Amino acid sequence: MRKEPILSVKNISKSFGGLKALIDVSFDIQQGDVFGIIGPNGSGKTTLINCITGFIKPDSGQVYFKGKGITGWPPHKIAREGIARTFQIMRPYYSLPAYKNLIIPLWSPRARKTGGWRGGGKHGDRNTVAVDILEEIGFERDSRVPYRLASTLPTGYQKRLELARCLAIRPEIVFCDEVFSGLSMTEIAGMTPLIEKMKIEGITIIMIEHRLRELFRVANRVMALNFGEKITEGEPRYVIEDKKVKEAYLGSEGV
Amino acid sequence: MENMRKERIDRGIKVRTEGIYAINSMKEMMFLLAPRLLLILAILVLPFVLELAPYWKRVINIICVFAMIGISFDFLANYVGLVCLGGAFFIGIGGYFSAIYNVYLSLPVYLAIPCATITGAIFCTLVLSLCLPLRGVYFAIVTLMYPLLFTRIIEALNILGGTNGITGLDSFSNTYVEHYVIIAILLIALFGMRRLVIQDVGLVLRGVKDNDQSVKASGINITYMKIFAVFLASLIGCFAGAYLAHLYMWAGISLFALDFSILPIAAVVIGGGGTLVGAVLGCFILVPLSEVLRTFGSFRIVIYCILLTAFIVFKSEGLMNYMQRKYYQFERWVKV
Amino acid sequence: MDILIYGIINSVVLALFSLGFTLVYSISRVPNFAHGALYIACGYVAWLFANKVAAFPYPLDVVLAITLTAILGSLIYQFIIIRIRGMEISEIIATYAIGLAILEGLRWQGLRGTTYNLPVFISGSVDLFGVSVDYQRLIIVGVGIVTFFLLYVFTRFTKIGLALRGIAQDERAAMMLGINSDMTAVVSLAIGSALAGFAAILVLPLGNIVVEAGYNVLIFAVAVCVIGGLGSLGGTILASFIIGFAQILTESLISSHYQMVVALLAIIVTLLIKPSGIFGKQKQLEERV
Repeated sequence: MRKEPILSVKNISKSFGGLKALIDVSFDIQQGDVFGIIGPNGSGKTTLINCITGFIKPDSGQVYFKGKGITGWPPHKIAREGIARTFQIMRPYYSLPAYKNLIIPLWSPRARKTGGWRGGGKHGDRNTVAVDILEEIGFERDSRVPYRLASTLPTGYQKRLELARCLAIRPEIVFCDEVFSGLSMTEIAGMTPLIEKMKIEGITIIMIEHRLRELFRVANRVMALNFGEKITEGEPRYVIEDKKVKEAYLGSEGV
Repeated sequence: MENMRKERIDRGIKVRTEGIYAINSMKEMMFLLAPRLLLILAILVLPFVLELAPYWKRVINIICVFAMIGISFDFLANYVGLVCLGGAFFIGIGGYFSAIYNVYLSLPVYLAIPCATITGAIFCTLVLSLCLPLRGVYFAIVTLMYPLLFTRIIEALNILGGTNGITGLDSFSNTYVEHYVIIAILLIALFGMRRLVIQDVGLVLRGVKDNDQSVKASGINITYMKIFAVFLASLIGCFAGAYLAHLYMWAGISLFALDFSILPIAAVVIGGGGTLVGAVLGCFILVPLSEVLRTFGSFRIVIYCILLTAFIVFKSEGLMNYMQRKYYQFERWVKV
Repeated sequence: MDILIYGIINSVVLALFSLGFTLVYSISRVPNFAHGALYIACGYVAWLFANKVAAFPYPLDVVLAITLTAILGSLIYQFIIIRIRGMEISEIIATYAIGLAILEGLRWQGLRGTTYNLPVFISGSVDLFGVSVDYQRLIIVGVGIVTFFLLYVFTRFTKIGLALRGIAQDERAAMMLGINSDMTAVVSLAIGSALAGFAAILVLPLGNIVVEAGYNVLIFAVAVCVIGGLGSLGGTILASFIIGFAQILTESLISSHYQMVVALLAIIVTLLIKPSGIFGKQKQLEERV
């Protein structure tokens, strides 16, 4: 018997004025998947995430989370259900130190209800748990790094901070919007255990990526978009051979 | 000087006073406490010091009223990201509500003021929440409008005393009560707000200012947070208004005057935005200045505005931030 | 019938007030809270030229006044706003403070004491469908409609106009295409201030030059722009007609004290029902990450 998908997206379409950003996109994601979304720039990947997580209202289509319709809900309500996301243009809370950045998600209603990551959401000392979470995701504990102002952190750390922000609310699904971009090979190698850790915790991960090689190492299913339409979906090794995907990235003459 | 750059380093004592080490020794404790004690003692002692100058003694009360509006403006603008261009709205609502309780409903002063503070704050928050789901510039527009709107409504409908206002409010029992009520509440508001912004709740509010998308993505309803912040600011502002009405024993449309909106903003910018105490400092500078310039009529406002603009453009950190920086850090030139 | 005519006149007047503000905001995202001050300043300068410099004919006074106002607007940008560009909070406070400084400064010195007026263009009145309308008001409507049309053509068909619209839609893309963002902001502020001055020359002759009018103009302009949708020229005009007629109706049905109240209540109603305004595009943009 087929399990019900944890996230079900049906016929999402969105236009901005004359620009058709998404055209009739549908896909299902099972719990525990590491689902990749790929496609050249402008194919609508971030718009898709925005529509699913409530930052933009789709023109038509439905989104179901564990069977519940969440289309058009405001972002904070969707986050409360357990869907977290990172932002492509990273925006930590600039005026606060790194670990205090986590206090805000730990304060949220969901963290308080579910206990948050490692129990940090319960009333009590969120500060200590925040530092613990940072250590878990790779900030060296005894250094000054967790205490530095978030705006002064290097890119790799800021990316992890973004992920930590998502984890703090104990999500069931995390949308990672280009978390590998701008990182060196070693930094990506450092991120991969984090993704493994999330998998072990049972979190479903959806990754939008341009770094295809790194993505295909972790993902078990991949979907490709081009000009707002879904062009293919399946296991990485088949998607990478798909002619349409090659055409999308390289152009029809490059194939 | 070839290839020199300025380097700023935290003073040793500042580093030592972070965390638990702050209570290590008297010296460290004094480093933290001294400025605050200085402020508190100075304000408390001021009414006595100025015994000989009764006119200026009364000015202290006015300074405190403006300072409270300044604190609420600083809090909203620099910690939550909402620019309130109409602080006079809180003064007016607080004043009129207190007048209603005191004159129409015959409540004694010490009941009328708290009631006016709380119900006034609820009213202000309700009325201002209309624009809270929207971008910051709408809040600025709406707060600009409301004092003017209410002035016109009161004039046009000739309610609440019309242009004459409501007279016959009770005053305080004696001048010392007058002084110390407002001073005490000012200090409570100041230190209370400073405490609040480092609490977890306060951090969430500051997150709303920095990056409201991230806050939404964590599952927090931004609008409720903003409503909460506006309510806090209204409490402070309405108290100041209620107090002022009883100080003058009169509540009229001049409570909605432009002065109450623009002077606190200038005070915050000059005194140092984001410090909350900068509002108090700025008012201690600007209010006496405005008294001195009283003979010039609306020229006062021109001065505030020019000072304000000059500070925003050139020295936008303000006096308090500058002083804090000097206190916490020292600078030196180093070779590159 | 008189409601219809007065309604149209009032609406055009409101639209003239608001054009400058909405243009500046839509192009450079700077909310120019000094708009009302520029309005009165232009009127005052025109009065100065008209009454102190007998040698200049009135049309020259007008041109000089509007030009000086435009220069004042661009100076405000060049020296003050440019340093705080992008920090919305500081922009709002700074433009508001400058506007106040100008208005209160004029209240202190300049617009004190006796009454000040600007001359009407043609005196006398005409009978229109049984309603007596003075020529000045007719001129306002006529010139107003021509101005709207010209602005429409300008923003759609001329190079500069298209550049301004480009910046209005997507600043970064426009900059990549070689359009200088600061330059367009200066231009937009100059045009916006000129429009404010232009409105002043047309409308001030109907009454006296008073500082209060500066605040009123700012409030009306903001009301119209909020209702029409910040950033939409068409919305501005439509909203002016809505508020314009609402004001005339309350004036005839209730009393004339309520003009300001109507405008302000209209803002509140709009914020409750459709916050982005009638043609507003802001909501969408607000949601984009």
